[in-house]
Amino acid sequence: MRGRAGAASPEPLLAIEGLRMEYPVRRGLLLRQQGTVQALAGVDLTVERGECLALVGESGSGKTTLGRCALRLVEPTAGRICFDGEDLRALPAGDLRRRRRRFQMIFQDPYGSLDPRQRIGSILAEPLEIHSGLDRTARAGRVSELLSSVGLAPELAGRFPHQLSGGQRQRVGIARALACEPELLVADEPVSSLDVSVRGQILELLAALRERLGLAMLLISHDMAAVERLADRVAVMYLGRVVELAPRETLFRRPLHPYTVSLLSAIPVADPARRRNRIVLPGEPPSPLAPPPGCPFHPRCPIARPRCAAERPPLEAVGEWGGLAACFYPGEMSGESVRNGREGT
Amino acid sequence: MPENDPRDLPLLEVRDLEVSFPLAGEWTPVVCGVSLAVGRGELLGLVGESGSGKSLTALAVLGLVPPPGRVRGGHVRLAGAGGPADLLTLPLREMRRVRGGRIGMVFQEPASAFDPVYTIGFQIAEAVRAHHRISPREARDEAVRLLDRVALADARRRLGDYPHQLSGGQRQRAMIAMALAGGPDLLLADEPTTGLDVTLQAQVLELLEDLRRDLGLSVLLITHDLGVVAETCDRVVVMRAGRVVEEAEVSALFRAPVHPYTRELLAALPRLPSSPRGLGR
Repeated sequence: MRGRAGAASPEPLLAIEGLRMEYPVRRGLLLRQQGTVQALAGVDLTVERGECLALVGESGSGKTTLGRCALRLVEPTAGRICFDGEDLRALPAGDLRRRRRRFQMIFQDPYGSLDPRQRIGSILAEPLEIHSGLDRTARAGRVSELLSSVGLAPELAGRFPHQLSGGQRQRVGIARALACEPELLVADEPVSSLDVSVRGQILELLAALRERLGLAMLLISHDMAAVERLADRVAVMYLGRVVELAPRETLFRRPLHPYTVSLLSAIPVADPARRRNRIVLPGEPPSPLAPPPGCPFHPRCPIARPRCAAERPPLEAVGEWGGLAACFYPGEMSGESVRNGREGT
Repeated sequence: MPENDPRDLPLLEVRDLEVSFPLAGEWTPVVCGVSLAVGRGELLGLVGESGSGKSLTALAVLGLVPPPGRVRGGHVRLAGAGGPADLLTLPLREMRRVRGGRIGMVFQEPASAFDPVYTIGFQIAEAVRAHHRISPREARDEAVRLLDRVALADARRRLGDYPHQLSGGQRQRAMIAMALAGGPDLLLADEPTTGLDVTLQAQVLELLEDLRRDLGLSVLLITHDLGVVAETCDRVVVMRAGRVVEEAEVSALFRAPVHPYTRELLAALPRLPSSPRGLGR
């Protein structure tokens, strides 16, 4: 982020610049290209060392694509991805592979991401075989260590994934990501598939590990409890673009972009006194095949004006709260004013 | 049971329901001794985590417990013109009239609740004709009216769409329209917003509240999300491991949860203490 570079580390751990990802859409008998889906339409983001940046947004906003591009699991159409100062897209394949131990991923579905025919011990030992020089006995020791670090009994090393509960499987997924002591974790909806009471435990675990290991994290989530527990900064995405970027407290306290305001108000909160204060946005997010001109949010925006349909607002610093917003009228719509408006009617 | 005024009776009353599955040669209860009641025009939340038996309770009400499971005890009374009928002892032919007729169903996965090879209009019209003796043309008009009712934009043109042509939110609206086809008194909604984005979830919850208010529907809303309950329900029943652990008015439950498990569930919710709505309070 501009003007935020710390003195200790001038370079952010991960710097994403102008990232674009377009998928061709082919239809018909000859599969001719009918257009392109813009999954990412030019994103700039940074993750500092030890920082947790959360990406929030609805399905189709591009947050998962961004996470995958950041680790080069998919090849973006354009843009730069710098990890510790090196452009990952310019690295030869062998060098990239050697870098991979430094950035790891936790997947949403802990069952689908574990090989059902491998025992837990061998799942955890595999990254060590590839990336570390440890011999067999040292690997076994490290596996026990990893299991206890995520709160599992070392005896579970002999089990198969189907013999574990969902929460235990997600702990294995986390242990595997930690096996090679990475500096950056990309966690794509790490608790979404878990039951509510287990979610809390996994979030606690991630927070504790982050603190202990000084991990940087890119958290992709639509779950505000996860964002609240883990994130230092939050980027709100809409239709392949970042529409607001702010420190967590600032974002929750004073959201600037009308989309962020609506999104926060739509989250069910465990307080019956607050009901009916939610802002119900009309319609659905537009198709990324044919994004609207101007501000991508203007067709659903409660405060849209003619200018919003004509020009696209850039992501700019707003006010003294340290937030950036891509809106011509940032902060004009607040939860407070909406609530008063509703109560007045 | 005294039946002076049927209005005093709850619309649906489940008492001591037990659903069991055979496990190693023994009937093992999965829902044990569940009692709950849905009043007329009431929105009752049934909350619990996966495996708590909340969906199975709803399936038992409809007589749809998947084999080898079986309802082993209890009563399910649905208030009606001729006094309450026990759905558990109803002949299959009459039960069919209750399913989709007096009780409408909304499931979590609208994509799999619709048959992919028939149009939305055909399927809703079919549901209408299953419960009313009317011509295909009238049923089609009724389908348009129902889709309008759930605020699906451009309802008449949507009739010819196949389920995959609708977005997730639109499919859920179409499904609610289909649940209304038989003119139900009670809507059983099993996780109707799970899997939808929060802004679409807000739309669907608003729709359920509108239907309750405008049509006087009773709704049994099954969800794992206490936030959803706080926003929509009048009363809530919390289930865990096949049993009801707490039942309360929504405001009371959130003010002073009694059962430790309920407290645990509440603690897992996002508090957003500094959310915009908290400003100025």
